[in-house]
Parts: sequence; structure tokens; C-alpha cells
Amino acid sequence: MNATTRAPEVLLEARKLTRRFGGLVANQDIDVTLERGMIHVLLGPNGAGKSTCINMLSGDLPPSEGEIRYLGQDITRLTAAQRSQVGIGRSYQRTNIFPQFTVLENVRLAAQSRRQQPWRIFSKAMEAKWALEKAHACIEEAGLGKRTDWVSGVLSHGEQRQLEIAMVLATDAQVLLLDEPLAGMGSEESANMVQVLKRLRQTRGILLVEHDMDAVFAVADRITVMVNGQLLECGPPAQIKASVAVQQAYLGTEDSLHV
Amino acid sequence: MNTHVSLILKLIAVIAIACVPLSGESFYVELVAKMLLMAIFAMSLDLLVGFTGLVSFGHAAYFGIAAYSVALFSANFGQMSLWVLLPAAILLSALAALVIGFFAIRTKGIYFIMVTLAFAQMAYFVFHDTPVGGGSDGMFLDARPSTAIGSWVPFDLDNELHMFYFALAMMLLVYAFLQRVLQSPFGRVLMGIKSNEHRMQSLGYYTFGYKLAAFSLAGGLGGVAGFLYAVLFGYVTPELLSWHESGNVLLMVILGGMGSLVGAVMGAFVFEAMREFFADITKYWQLLMGSVIVALVLFMPGGLTAIPGRIKRALQGGAAK
Ligand SMILES: Nc1ncnc2c1ncn2[C@@H]1O[C@H](COP(=O)(O)OP(=O)(O)OP(=O)(O)O)[C@@H](O)[C@H]1O
Ligand SMILES: [Mg+2]
Repeated sequence: MNATTRAPEVLLEARKLTRRFGGLVANQDIDVTLERGMIHVLLGPNGAGKSTCINMLSGDLPPSEGEIRYLGQDITRLTAAQRSQVGIGRSYQRTNIFPQFTVLENVRLAAQSRRQQPWRIFSKAMEAKWALEKAHACIEEAGLGKRTDWVSGVLSHGEQRQLEIAMVLATDAQVLLLDEPLAGMGSEESANMVQVLKRLRQTRGILLVEHDMDAVFAVADRITVMVNGQLLECGPPAQIKASVAVQQAYLGTEDSLHV
Repeated sequence: MNTHVSLILKLIAVIAIACVPLSGESFYVELVAKMLLMAIFAMSLDLLVGFTGLVSFGHAAYFGIAAYSVALFSANFGQMSLWVLLPAAILLSALAALVIGFFAIRTKGIYFIMVTLAFAQMAYFVFHDTPVGGGSDGMFLDARPSTAIGSWVPFDLDNELHMFYFALAMMLLVYAFLQRVLQSPFGRVLMGIKSNEHRMQSLGYYTFGYKLAAFSLAGGLGGVAGFLYAVLFGYVTPELLSWHESGNVLLMVILGGMGSLVGAVMGAFVFEAMREFFADITKYWQLLMGSVIVALVLFMPGGLTAIPGRIKRALQGGAAK
């Protein structure tokens, strides 16, 4: 990577994040740092606690312990909506959209969230040009241009993933928490999305959960490996590839690092 | 449906309603005026149930609070101006909804239904069991509000026809207003909340405020209907706030098809028509009407507004074979 850049700007920093579900410790003392201009991949076998980690960072789940900072500010107690407003956007592993709405309306709502004027009940939503333009641009960017006017519920699984990306883009999030965004996409869409991620990285920070190892090693600047809620190893891709501990952790499961 | 066709159909319906007084029968004029105000009531509830996903089972409270404010204001201050009394009644209903909603909206699903019902029952008991509103007998209206603006009197609410057209005008006004609201960014947020509230939150919407605003707005519009009721019939009783009425208006919305203003209007008309019809032919009318409604809901999911689409699909299906 680029070794000559200035000191990296830390966007998101989580310290000793812990989450218990009854007796189950889904995350234990997880540290995550996300810098602007970086794609940080969270790896781990099924049930490792990756989604739980993302849920704590996005405000969907309160952590049992630990602290989360965004640009130095403590945001541990902020709600999901508040975190979205400060600049943390996310996509969901299990597609989470407005299935009755068109693709355009899904993304338009996402754009509208940045300039809410609830008291203007006599203005027409579809006449707010800025939100429409933003929505169209994000739909294009996510490669869904041909589906703009489709009802989103009938899209294929992969297309719904693309829609989630378009929505998170429309919120202008500085931090993107993406939970398996490539799942279900065809190879072409997947390749397109990898390009999109690389381009987004230039101005933002991305935390990516992904099982597709080709994609992971194509975009990762830093990889954190989790197993059973524990942080196993964190480092640049080369280090993770070479790590004996990681190899062993993966050998015990159906997943494996195809490297 | 094609927008032109639907516009023409709506126009025809409005003209047909406007022609009812030509029958010369007071009975029909009063009945249709009641249908019109019930249509306002049903539309106001549909804003919550059909567009925001908040199933309120206590909507009669706001209807009743406005109706009682008409009676109580008139009893205390003599004849009032329509232009003061109507906004006051709306405001009081909206305020009651704001306070009740502030607590109720913290709950979800079945709890929300129970909490809205419980608050409405409290309002019911205030008028039923305390002397503020004449107890269980209710109150008569001493005088209908005056419409005078200075020395000009545009219309007279004691006149049956004027009252009828006033109710029609208010219904159209509320329809146009809600139509507009639903197209606004605010309305789109409400629909988003109905579709997937969790997603709205993670997109950065503080949904509590939106839901509370919708709840209060719906209360105020329900107040418009309650106001018209009090002025039309000239009396109010605690039964206006009872859970039966909350249930009836919910049935109107379901019957018409949730999430459609036209549906709410149709639901109100059909419901009131059935109520008249069945009460006419048998004293067990509630039983009969209940069965009919069960049948309608079972065999017409989506309500009356879904019928054109079903016919169309049936025809297309037939043509394809
Ligand atoms: N809401 C919950 N209640 C109880 N247990 C939960 C909950 N969410 C997650 N878990 C448990 O926590 C553990 C971690 O789950 P999590 O979804 O974070 O894993 P993951 O790494 O995202 O897995 P996958 O690759 O399958 O998505 C699992 O054992 C899971 O069953
Ligand atoms: Mg997961």
C-alpha cells in the first residue's frame, strides 16, 4: 500500500467490545480500529461473532462492555439513528430493505434522511430534486440502473444486496459497515462491487465482513480474524495469509482460506 | 388503476353524493352526512393503521373529545363562532393524542393496541362517570356554532342542506389534505416506518417523533369528524368514546382496505349503510352485520379497494387460458 501517506485519520475505534447472549459470549474484548482510506476485513467462520460486532458498532445492539469512539467522541450510548446521523452507515447480512417500495424509493428515503424537514408536509417528496438525483446516482453506482423502477421485493438476492449498498451510499456515511455485501451476487456484479468498494475507500473507512476470499484479498488493507467471539489475529493481509494460528482455526471448520 | 379513470370515478362519486339532497328526504341527507363525517374519521385512523403501521384501538377518544368540546364550549360560552370552535376542537383532540401518544408509542404490537384502548377507556370514564359532560346521559347542544364573519353569514349550520354540504366540503378537504401529506417527505417516512421501522432507524430517522406527529395529526383529524357529529346531531354521549366506536372505525378501515384513503371512505359508507340496513330488518342486526363483516374480510383480503385489481387479474387470467 501507499507508504508515503500522512498519519492516518482514525474514524472508528472500538475497545474491548464484549457482548453476551445469556451464557454465550458472542464477542469478547474485541478491538477494532478503522481508518479513513482503508478497508478493514473481519474474517471468521460461521458464528464467530462478526455480525454481532457490526451490530454493536452500528448501534443495533448495545454492547455488554466496552467503548466505541467515532472521531474521538464516545458514541457507545448513541442509538442506531444517532450513529447514522454522525456518519456511520451499514448494510445487513440478511437483506433489510423496504420490499413494497421501488428501488428508487428505497434509495430516495435513504438520501432524504440527510435533510429531514418533517414539518414541510405540503411539499412533494418527488419534487425534492437533490434527493432524487442523489438516489439515481447511487443506484447507478451500485450497478442497479436497470432496476430503478422495480419493486425491490421481487429483485434477486444479489440485486437486493446491491440495493443495500446503494442505500448506504445515499446516506453519505463516512464509515461503512458492510455485512457480507457480495453474498448472492453474480461474478460480474461482484467484480463491479469490488471496484465500487475500492473507489469508496479513497474517502471513507470500510469495515467489511466477507466470505469470498478472492474478494477479501483483492481489497483488504487490514484483516481481523475472529473465532468463537475471540479476536485471533489482526494485521495486513500477508501476515494473515501466513499465520499458522489462522490456518489452524479455519482447518477445524468447513471454511478454508483458498490461498 | 389508470389515474384518469380513477379521477373520473371519484368525480362521479362526489357528484352523486352531492345530489343526495335532491331526494328531498331528510333521512337520507342526515344519513349521508353521517357517512361523510365517518369517512373523515376512518381516513384519520387509516393514516395510523394503513400508512404508519400503528394499530390504534382507541381512536374514538379523539372523536369524542372534539364532540364534547363542542357541547361544553357551547354550554359555557353560549353560541360560538365556527371559526373559533372548529380549530379549538381540533386542537384539543390533537393535544390529547399528543399526550396519549407520547406514552403509547413507546409500546409495540399488541401492547400498543392495549395501551391506546386503555387510554380511550379512561377518556370514556371521564365523560361517563363524572359530572363534567352530563354523565351517562350526555349533553345536548344549546346552539350550533355560527358561521358569521363580521356581518356576513356565508351559511347556516341549522339548515340541513348547508350542514350536509359543509360535511361534504370538510370530507373533501381532509381527503385532499391527507393526500398531500402522504406525498410529502413526511408521509414517505411514515410509509417507510410501516414497511420496516428498524431500517428507518438505521437510516438515521428518529421514528418516535414521526410516529408521535402522525398520532397527533390523526387525533386532530378524528376531532374534525367528532366536531361534525356533535354539530350534525346536536347532542353527544359518552358512547361516542366507547371501545365499540373505536372498533367500528377500525372495521371501516379494514373493510375499505388499509392504506388507501378512498378505501377508508368507501369502508365508512358501506359500514354505515349496512348498519342502517341491518338495523332495519332485524333486531339481531349486530349479529348479522358481524357475520357479513367476517365474511367480507375473509373473502376480500385487501378490502373494497382491492376489488378492481382482482377483477382485472381474473379477466387477464381468463384471457391467458
Ligand atoms: N440476538 C441473538 N441472541 C442470541 N444469540 C445470538 C444473537 N445473535 C447472535 N447470537 C449468537 O452469537 C454468535 C455469533 O453470531 P454472529 O451472527 O455474530 O456470527 P457471524 O460471525 O456473523 O456468523 P455468520 O458468518 O454465520 O454470519 C452465534 O453463536 C449466534 O448464535
Ligand atoms: Mg453474520
